[in-house]
Amino acid sequence: MSAPGAAVAPRTHVVLAALLRKELRVELRSFEAVPAMSLFSVTTFVLFHFALSRNTLSGDLASGVLWVTLLFAAMLGINRLFVADAEQGGFDGFLLSPADRSALLYAKALTLLAYLVVLELVAVPAFALLLLGPALWPALPGLLVVLALGDLGVVVIGTLVGALAVRTSVRDLLGPMISLPLLVPVLLCAARASSPVLAATRAGPLPLRWLVTLALYDLVFGLITFAVFDFLLED
Amino acid sequence: MCARCRRAGRRRAGASRCGVAILAAIELRGLTRRYGERVALADVTLSLATGQTLAVLGPNGAGKTTLLRLLATLLRPHGGVVEVLGHPLPKENWAVRGRIGLLGHEPLLYRELSARENLALHGALHGVTGTRRSEELLAAVAMERRADEPLRTLSRGMVQRVAVARTLLHDPALLLLDEPRANLDPAASELVEPLIGRASGRTRVIVSHDPAGVLAEADLVLGLVRGRVALLAGAAELDAAALTELYR
Repeated sequence: MSAPGAAVAPRTHVVLAALLRKELRVELRSFEAVPAMSLFSVTTFVLFHFALSRNTLSGDLASGVLWVTLLFAAMLGINRLFVADAEQGGFDGFLLSPADRSALLYAKALTLLAYLVVLELVAVPAFALLLLGPALWPALPGLLVVLALGDLGVVVIGTLVGALAVRTSVRDLLGPMISLPLLVPVLLCAARASSPVLAATRAGPLPLRWLVTLALYDLVFGLITFAVFDFLLED
Repeated sequence: MCARCRRAGRRRAGASRCGVAILAAIELRGLTRRYGERVALADVTLSLATGQTLAVLGPNGAGKTTLLRLLATLLRPHGGVVEVLGHPLPKENWAVRGRIGLLGHEPLLYRELSARENLALHGALHGVTGTRRSEELLAAVAMERRADEPLRTLSRGMVQRVAVARTLLHDPALLLLDEPRANLDPAASELVEPLIGRASGRTRVIVSHDPAGVLAEADLVLGLVRGRVALLAGAAELDAAALTELYR
């Protein structure tokens, strides 16, 4: 045993791996986020199915329904992202350690990304089954590109807003209030970009303009989140 | 550390009568902290030498937990000077994090994880490699048999024992203990005594409501009332009645 007071700063990748293990175990044992997100998305598609009185959707409408549903489902995950840490003292435990603060940012971002991937593994087939007119397979490669960029935007904004809201007493209100306006450009770009690939005639090419705009938006918010995350953790 | 001076509870570090140089583990000068308009701590000044124990008493809402959280770098002071382990806070928070063990009202443990998993996480956060240290501590708090069960299935006393192990995992130089024996039965209290008691040999700040226990444990006693210093004296100069007065 070393002498008392000999603090050793751990390596970031070791901390990141430990935090990811913790996130995975907590979610697998509590089932608080991903099942709620998935159930919400499937239920919403069923409601759209009846509310629009249409058996199939395509193009702009299909794209809009898919992305609005995914974003609202993602809100559930964003709201839960930091709750276990805030309620069970994980934040304080982390802050008391000499660990690199960015490890928590990476861990939370990767966790939210994993939530979204699982959500989409459920939601996209359900959407194809319940609402989508054109076949999913021809559209899938293009849709995956848009989903990847859209997820990135949700992840950086969601992690930023989650960290900001969780230490307030009105986090359930503040989270959506801040993140939804910030996610409007993501919604706009992602819906416009995926509209041609969900068109009724045949899957068209991806509109590069919307993809580049979305990628730039992701980059800007990624940098902002990286820059301010440490400050959000501190008192 | 000069034992005679420790018993006398000299207020200032470095004020040893026998001339033995004493390094201040905690130095506060005019410490002030507010929550909005409400003043939680006002003008707190004291010095605690390395190896000494400071006991903090006072009625609910006196600012005791706020003081601990300030020393733990979890809160920022709004006025005055705070030096912990020779480093000014919050400027050098980074230098003292990892050298402090905080045992508060919250165990700082995840309910869905087992004791072993929680200790493995905190070990990774503090750069403690391997499982030897955590296994030693689990054995020391007699939790090795239940160490693989999620904490939500354990009693509060058992969780508190795991929290003691978590507090000591990285071998901290300074222990900040907020009613550390809360939820512990007498046998468990005895169990953790060598770990967080005077015998641990560490510098300690203890928040307590037990005047008799405080006098037995502390070198220096700080009494807070509504965030202000109502009492600051060596434990040897005080009796339980004087400490009870703080609560009237």
